[in-house]
Amino acid sequence: MTESTGGIDFEDEDASGVIKKFMFVNRKAPYGTIYALESLEVVLISAAFDQDVSLAFLDDGVYQIVKGQHTKAIAMKNFSPTYRALEGYDIEKLYVEKESLDQRGLTEDDLLVDVQVMSSAEMAKMMSEQDVVISF
Amino acid sequence: MASVELNGKTYETDEEGYLVNLGEWDEGIAAYLAEQEKVDMTESHWEVVNFLREYYNDYQIAPAIRVLTKAIGKKLGAEKGNSKYLYELFPYGPAKQACKIAGLPKPTGCI
Repeated sequence: MTESTGGIDFEDEDASGVIKKFMFVNRKAPYGTIYALESLEVVLISAAFDQDVSLAFLDDGVYQIVKGQHTKAIAMKNFSPTYRALEGYDIEKLYVEKESLDQRGLTEDDLLVDVQVMSSAEMAKMMSEQDVVISF
Repeated sequence: MASVELNGKTYETDEEGYLVNLGEWDEGIAAYLAEQEKVDMTESHWEVVNFLREYYNDYQIAPAIRVLTKAIGKKLGAEKGNSKYLYELFPYGPAKQACKIAGLPKPTGCI
């Protein structure tokens, strides 16, 4: 354990270097519950462990990455800019279910990060290929 | 909740001395926090502190050290984009000290 620097140097660790496929599934709207923010925090922490991390956005979860969020009126912090930091954490696999976008009248252009849009069937396949799926 | 009185202003801090309200930050409180951390602020220190503030403004988080070093390397030059450089400036950890001086919350991913 290092002191609180926010990062651990894994460079000399290769013996236990098992890399698993982790998918974090986000299904809930960003505000109103703590799920979206908690998921994002776990994702950021997971980046320190050199795992194969991906995020999936389904149902109301697609609202988490919608552009132009204004949270002043609900007195919550707008944490949506943090999704744009994921790239710097080498988390670049963001998957969005097309049906969820369609049902909400959204397109890829409404999203604040680059994502891969896929059908429900493709998403199911993607999930089945994971070692660990954590749902928020 | 603790607080610091400085030049007639009151700054709220948490129990570890991190500023509660980012908006209250100014160079005066930064200098005070640096003194508390026994960091002698030079231009190089300010460069990192200002970088952290910009990063926070853009992304609303304090970066993990690995992300910070990479981003600093890109912005300020490769010779500064390594943890050795940052630890020389902030011996007790760039996250702990530089973030505190910059008025940011403790970085996510502190383990």
